[in-house]
Amino acid sequence: MTSTPANPPTLSVLDRPNSYIGKVVPRPNLDRLMQGRGLYVSDMELPRMAHVVFLRSPHAHAKIVGMNAGAAKRMPGVIAIVTGEELASVITPWVGVLSHLKGLKSAPQHAIAIDRVCWQGEAVAAVVAVSRAVAEDAAEIVTVEYRELEAVTDMRTALDPQTPVIHPSLGDNLAFERNLDAGAVDAAFAGSDEIVEADFVFGRHTGVTLEPRAVVADWNAAEARLTIYQGTQAPHMVQNIAALHLGLEESQVRVVCKDVGGSFGIKVHIYADEMATYALSKLLRRPIKFVADRVESFNTDIHARDHRCRGRIGVKRDGTIMGFEIDDLTGIGPYSMYPRTSAIEANQVVNLVGGPYVTKNYRARARVVFQNKNVMCQYRAVGHPIACSVTEGLVDLAASRIGMDPVEIRRRNLIADDAYPCASPSGLRFELLSHHATLNKLMAMMDYDALRAKQAVLRKKNIHRGIGIASFIEVTNPSAAFYGVGGARISSQDGVAVRLDAQGAVICQTSITEQGQGSESLTAQIVGSVLGVSMARVRVISGDTDHTPYGGGTWASRGAGIGGEAALQAAKSLRKNILDVAAAILQSSPAELDIANNAVVNASDGTPRIELRELARIVYFRPDTLPPGIQPELMATRHFVPREYPFAFTNGVQASWLEVDTDTGFVKLLRHWVVEDCGTLINPQLVDEQIRGGVVQGLGAALFEKCIYDDRGQLTNANMADYLVPMSGEMPDIDVGHVASPTAETELGAKGAGEAGTAGAAAAVANAVNDALRPFGATITEIPLTPQVILTALKRI
Amino acid sequence: MTAALSISLHVNGERIDAQVLPRLNLADFLREQLKLTGTHVGCEHGVCGACTVRVNGEIVRACLMLAAQTHGASVETIEGLADSGEIADLQAAFRDRNALQCGFCTPGMLIAAQDLLKQETEPDRERIREHLSGNYCRCTGYQAIIDAVETTARARAGRTP
Repeated sequence: MTSTPANPPTLSVLDRPNSYIGKVVPRPNLDRLMQGRGLYVSDMELPRMAHVVFLRSPHAHAKIVGMNAGAAKRMPGVIAIVTGEELASVITPWVGVLSHLKGLKSAPQHAIAIDRVCWQGEAVAAVVAVSRAVAEDAAEIVTVEYRELEAVTDMRTALDPQTPVIHPSLGDNLAFERNLDAGAVDAAFAGSDEIVEADFVFGRHTGVTLEPRAVVADWNAAEARLTIYQGTQAPHMVQNIAALHLGLEESQVRVVCKDVGGSFGIKVHIYADEMATYALSKLLRRPIKFVADRVESFNTDIHARDHRCRGRIGVKRDGTIMGFEIDDLTGIGPYSMYPRTSAIEANQVVNLVGGPYVTKNYRARARVVFQNKNVMCQYRAVGHPIACSVTEGLVDLAASRIGMDPVEIRRRNLIADDAYPCASPSGLRFELLSHHATLNKLMAMMDYDALRAKQAVLRKKNIHRGIGIASFIEVTNPSAAFYGVGGARISSQDGVAVRLDAQGAVICQTSITEQGQGSESLTAQIVGSVLGVSMARVRVISGDTDHTPYGGGTWASRGAGIGGEAALQAAKSLRKNILDVAAAILQSSPAELDIANNAVVNASDGTPRIELRELARIVYFRPDTLPPGIQPELMATRHFVPREYPFAFTNGVQASWLEVDTDTGFVKLLRHWVVEDCGTLINPQLVDEQIRGGVVQGLGAALFEKCIYDDRGQLTNANMADYLVPMSGEMPDIDVGHVASPTAETELGAKGAGEAGTAGAAAAVANAVNDALRPFGATITEIPLTPQVILTALKRI
Repeated sequence: MTAALSISLHVNGERIDAQVLPRLNLADFLREQLKLTGTHVGCEHGVCGACTVRVNGEIVRACLMLAAQTHGASVETIEGLADSGEIADLQAAFRDRNALQCGFCTPGMLIAAQDLLKQETEPDRERIREHLSGNYCRCTGYQAIIDAVETTARARAGRTP
């Protein structure tokens, strides 16, 4: 993280005195959350606000034959009971496809089901009442007559001719297929000394945000304006979609996002029940609040993963990886989600498999099929855990086959650190990665050789510990290549407006959003550093389409890299404007001045010349004293989007050290290490905590988390007692290290870090479990690694 | 629906007289009737710990207790603990260590951690992890929380010989 300023001290924000860049500083405004004085959507109340509860289908696939809501409508406190057909008068259906995902198809989805339900949990009616409790009481006495239809649940048979087609108008249950054939795959395998194949199975799991999805929609009929209070990662996207389907102009929709109780990709989509809530507000001309309960969350928050991937690797005896081949299958529920679609994860798997390695020989097929289960879509680290687990699992299996240490085979095949820029077989362009540097650092941090020695000693005592390594790449800072090119109105650019207020403090309005990652902190750190203003005097406003520049929001590890660069450029612009005014006031020239510690100073020796507070006073209240012809502009706005590279790839490597109890099948995580490279570190503590939190989400997938459906499409563990998430007792301490290869595409040099932890954690754990079980000749390529899975592999049950 | 019951209790030291339906749970009572929204509702079935409050000095899950059961009791929520200054050092440690991200689990986490710190002067990491194992946090991965609680425990032990 070094940078030599071309023309000091004019500007490198990284090197300015008192820079906050690269420093651990506490996030602003944490007191609010620690005192119970945050404002989450679930806390909100508005005058005349009513509550909606959705009556949901108990069947995975059924015709709605009839509904009787008469008695429910007469209950005291019930305001309305609205069916899908009635709601369709105010909101149009949608189809979740994007044109750059060629062949992707889906069927029209309504806010509330009309005639037919396609998954257990799909809403069939909205019950609106004065309180949620009254609405729930009323929902209980609405009777719906269903005629059950055969449910398509197994992705492996979804394309069979005898399987019913969920949407007959689509012709079959295939939503999307992608094929890739790069290099000379057949020749590569023919020339391999060993070929290893395995079937990798990934459990369907979900985000389990601690605050369930929540929305308050407030249609003001007199203003003809809808205000949507929602915990969302992408306010402008919500604005666009709500306007589009309610027949409004975007200027008639305001989206406000206050505190958000966890998102992780769960809250970056548009859900049918949220659309219904917007529509109900318009229909009933009053504020309507929807807060999902936990059972609804499990049944309707997007699920993720649920892939079955056959993988194949060819290797020479000297460890050279000759090629990879995968055949991936995933089931996404009955509809492709809107507006980001449910084909992205499989597409990412195709993109990313083999990504860290030199070989150019790679063949892939991915198929995405419809099922009568809850919808599936993008969740933290989209596709990465699948691709990483398949790739790293195959590499370990190949190493084991040829008797090579798993670290050694990686050293021989990872792309060299001086080989950049280069591209992957699937066409991903890498600007600058550091696989070997990160691996070397990891080896030192974990003391690999000592750990191997310890493992050998313990094995003699019948204690079975394993070491698992997983290298990974991560997509960050996405350009329009992600969604915009496919026709989605999801912005890839972000904007920041910075202004000096009348007391010399700074207000920033940013289009990136905060869900706890530290968007507010990184914005304040960057703006404070560039301007020479202390962070305590920088206030950041986000999450309001009326009051921030237009932009994408916070998802796909883009906030720091894209929103951060916009903040940097806006602050630079404001700095110039301030110095122009200061020069006029001080009868100096801008080049002779700088700003430090909230005052304009001499660039040469730092002598204070005029405080920003005083400068602002003159500009706002005594402009008559300024020289003629000076019109100060103490506000500046800049936008940024990456143009050179479609994505700023990052890389890293993880390691897991664990113990398997071969009698009970339980896995005890002992330690976890991550070394990653996200370029410039704006706040190392925040980056480390993003990594740790991401790792633990990956560990949940590795060991515990699975949405268990029966063969009729019933989700059998839709509660937190039966769906297990990582709790503090089972989680290890996680050591995080960094290598910094800044992107040259921005002055800031920051790449994303939010998904790196999740990308590789499960792969490291799975490899460690297999390493522990090597004396037993057992190999497992399925997650979650439950005691049942492990004991089955050990043939103990 | 059964008729409302009259209850009297103290909430954060303030005397409250209220009419509550027998089925109303304590979390909903605090949030909806008293507007103390710092007590969060995450699962409504006693697993996630977001609604942790203190009743007569003991931590409970407010979603598993009926408001009617608190008649005559003293209830303390995050707002009360924050205002009294009782957990100021713990809050400072959370801030310095970035032991919260979205903040939704944080009130419950702070109250559960304070419960441990009141019972034990120098709990080790294992013990802290165990005591907080009923409070779900999806953001942090727990390590920063464990660090902050450990730091607070050590500081308090240093102050009181």
